[in-house]
Amino acid sequence: MSITWYLCVSAIVFSTGVGGVLTRKNPLVVLLSLELMLNAANLALVAFARAHGNQEGQIFALIVMVVAACEVAVGLGLIVALYRRRLPIDVDELRELQG
Amino acid sequence: MAEVIFFFAAIVALAGALGTVIFRNPFYSVLALVCHLLGLAALFLLLRAEFVAAAQVIVYAGAVMVLYVFVVAYVGGQDRPLSPRHGPGMRAVALLFCGALLAEIGIAVIGSGLKVLDQEGGGFFPAFGSPDEIGKLFLTKFLLAFEIASLLLLVAAVGAVILARRRSGLDDPRELSVADLLRSPASGTLPDAERGSLQEAAGPPGR
Repeated sequence: MSITWYLCVSAIVFSTGVGGVLTRKNPLVVLLSLELMLNAANLALVAFARAHGNQEGQIFALIVMVVAACEVAVGLGLIVALYRRRLPIDVDELRELQG
Repeated sequence: MAEVIFFFAAIVALAGALGTVIFRNPFYSVLALVCHLLGLAALFLLLRAEFVAAAQVIVYAGAVMVLYVFVVAYVGGQDRPLSPRHGPGMRAVALLFCGALLAEIGIAVIGSGLKVLDQEGGGFFPAFGSPDEIGKLFLTKFLLAFEIASLLLLVAAVGAVILARRRSGLDDPRELSVADLLRSPASGTLPDAERGSLQEAAGPPGR
């Protein structure tokens, strides 16, 4: 299998994640779509690591995984805090910062 | 054989990704994301990234997704229909935009003309991507990144606990707001000031 196939899968998954972030309104699903985008980037990194026969891309992918775990922890903490304050769990309703 | 496994894993990964975005119920979205992660782990194995695949299954599909499931069960997956405020027009624009992005990435990948992308990859040796090699790299060449990652995890854990902790007295009607503090500084003691932060910013509940 040539590396291009893996990159095509990565591109499709990334676009799907972008579509999810843009169209969904539940912040939980927005976070899940962010995960999709990070995973697509991971797949591209690992594919390039294989293409060049260099393991440093895999290290990069592992660090991206750590950052994704941190993002999940903070994002889910925010959602739980929203729920405790009885704010709507809806990214269109939460626009105080927009002015 | 590798082609069969590739197409199977790729179809599982793509179907999982689509399901994550399409399902109305967030619970099903999380389950679809687990499917996606498992398919992706198979792709990692095909790319000779054994340790990344194992970490993907154990950390991502195991721990992180369990966290998601707990939060979905706690918050309750109320799924509302799309609001009429934006309507299908904005949705069509969003879909058009991600289609354009897909076309752009596809052109960038396929039209790059890199020779290395048309073959299966070079420089392969038997221990490629094994925990042995990854560990060696992490503890020699990427030691700084390793330490910073551990620090980042600590900060994120502490931040998540602080964000999601139960604040006593949030529903107290006598609660002070920032405006009260500005009006009479003498009445604003430190514990009161600490109590509400996000709620004051967002206004009274039940709005």
